[in-house]
Amino acid sequence: MGQIVLEQVTKSFGDVTVIPPLDLIIEDGEFTVFVGPSGCGKSTLLRLIAGLEDVTSGEIRIDGTPSATTPPAKRGLAMVFQSYALYPHMTVRKNIAFPLRMAGLDRAEQDRRVEQAAAVLNLTDYLDRRPGQLSGGQRQRVAIGRAIVREPAAFLFDEPLSNLDAALRVGMRLEISELHNRLKTTMIYVTHDQVEAMTMADKIVVLRAGHIEQVGSPLELYKAPRNLFVAGFIGSPRMNLIGGAEAAKHNATTIGIRPEHISISAEEGAWSGVVGVSEHLGSDTFFHVQDTGLAETVTVRADGEVNFRHGDRIYLTPREERLHRFDEQGLRIA
Amino acid sequence: MARSVTTQRKSLNTFIAWTIGLLIFFPILWTILTSFKTEAQAIADPPVWFFFDWTLENYRVVQERSNYNRFLWNSIIIAGGSTILGMIIAIPAAWSMAFVPSRRTKDILLWMLSTKMLPAVGVLYPIYLIFIQLGLLDTRIGLTIVLMLINLPIMVWMLYTYFKEIPGEILEAARMDGAGLKEEILYVLTPMAIPGIASTVLLNIILAWNEAFWTLNLTAARAAPLTAFIASYSSPEGLFYAKLSAASTMAIAPILILGWFSQKQLVRGLTFGAVK
Repeated sequence: MGQIVLEQVTKSFGDVTVIPPLDLIIEDGEFTVFVGPSGCGKSTLLRLIAGLEDVTSGEIRIDGTPSATTPPAKRGLAMVFQSYALYPHMTVRKNIAFPLRMAGLDRAEQDRRVEQAAAVLNLTDYLDRRPGQLSGGQRQRVAIGRAIVREPAAFLFDEPLSNLDAALRVGMRLEISELHNRLKTTMIYVTHDQVEAMTMADKIVVLRAGHIEQVGSPLELYKAPRNLFVAGFIGSPRMNLIGGAEAAKHNATTIGIRPEHISISAEEGAWSGVVGVSEHLGSDTFFHVQDTGLAETVTVRADGEVNFRHGDRIYLTPREERLHRFDEQGLRIA
Repeated sequence: MARSVTTQRKSLNTFIAWTIGLLIFFPILWTILTSFKTEAQAIADPPVWFFFDWTLENYRVVQERSNYNRFLWNSIIIAGGSTILGMIIAIPAAWSMAFVPSRRTKDILLWMLSTKMLPAVGVLYPIYLIFIQLGLLDTRIGLTIVLMLINLPIMVWMLYTYFKEIPGEILEAARMDGAGLKEEILYVLTPMAIPGIASTVLLNIILAWNEAFWTLNLTAARAAPLTAFIASYSSPEGLFYAKLSAASTMAIAPILILGWFSQKQLVRGLTFGAVK
């Protein structure tokens, strides 16, 4: 099975430290998402686990076996790349069968497993095509097929959906989640998209500059972000962060309130402002309110039926129990 | 309106392309035509184009006077040998520079190319002397080595740009799929590199085949390839244009045919990496 433990893992490229000492445990069968802005070290961390980069120091244990110096081929992990990385000169069938061929399985067993994977991924009709003749979504499915046939200890996904268009991305997100439910194999998924992280993960690891900012379930991160960075990163649209006198009233340096936790009124409320841009999504409307004297803009979510116009004066009331308070270091005040 | 403008542009472009193409091809065409004329017609003024007495006389004389097959054989050995030898050195060199680049890789590549900027005649003397010392003068092995060295920078550059185009993620995927270094090279890298290697081989055979400076200067009789065969007909006492043309036609025919059948590969090879 696939428990993955990282102990005091570091990675430097020359003089540049990308990952300072880092500890992390990924439990067997867990869907873990590494999320963070670009350059935060999330892909590097994944590549360290894969063995495609060597750790500078520290230990990686896969299933209890020390693996920091094991070559990638021997770690029993499968990886899906952002560019799909299919073998262009091989048919879909040969692409999917490649890891089995490397493992030395006999032809009959290879065929059986390829057929099975193709059936699961709706690729049966495309087995004799080459990657160049497939669409982006189909290529991604072939890449996933190549990963599942070998029944790995864990799957590693490196931003697998970022080359797909929006509609396809939502579909593939569901497919990967379903795959995880069915296989119950450990999966580590790297993305910069917090929506992907929130919708797919059992556990989210938020990274910034190689540091783990917070580890927790999607709702834990949403409800109790440990610091300002996580507060601003998780949730869409972003949490409103307000400093100054208003924060001081709550004995904090900064207070945060999510757009969905502010009520809106035409007559009265704690804060007042002028409607700037409105984003109508149908079910919801997001108002970007200006001239509140609190922050440059305050974003508020309202029901899709609420109709204010640009320039209207409106009143906002935050829900006190949903207010997040942060101290001068940006850490959460319990 | 806009449509007719583009059609006009198109036909203008076609016209220009054909004109340039014919201009470049004209000397070869004229050589071939002249080879079928008599010596008198070959120097006729005004020149005769197509309506002359077509004759194979020149070819017969050329065949009689010199042993074409021996020159041809030398050309094949020298062009083929230098290409094979060059590939043995260039493939690993380009390979390591493309896949395990170091801080100085770009400098090394430029330095190699800079050797092509040196006028060949500048090193003729030293090489000639070395050849005498080593007893390589007028030997096929000596010529093979020199031509290999002359073309090596181009081979390495071409292969390097080809190998560079192979995405690193595919190699990483192979590693993740359980392939060791041997399997990675055998099943993934080589199949993807073969088109690039093929174009490089083709271009180098052509370059080596047509190379005249070194072949003329470093050979006398035994190792002389087809370039020397042509040169032997431009004798100082009275030019025999028709016979010279026949010799030239015979010398370029094999490479012209090879080039014709491999033009797709060649064009790809020459423009590869220019547009991504």
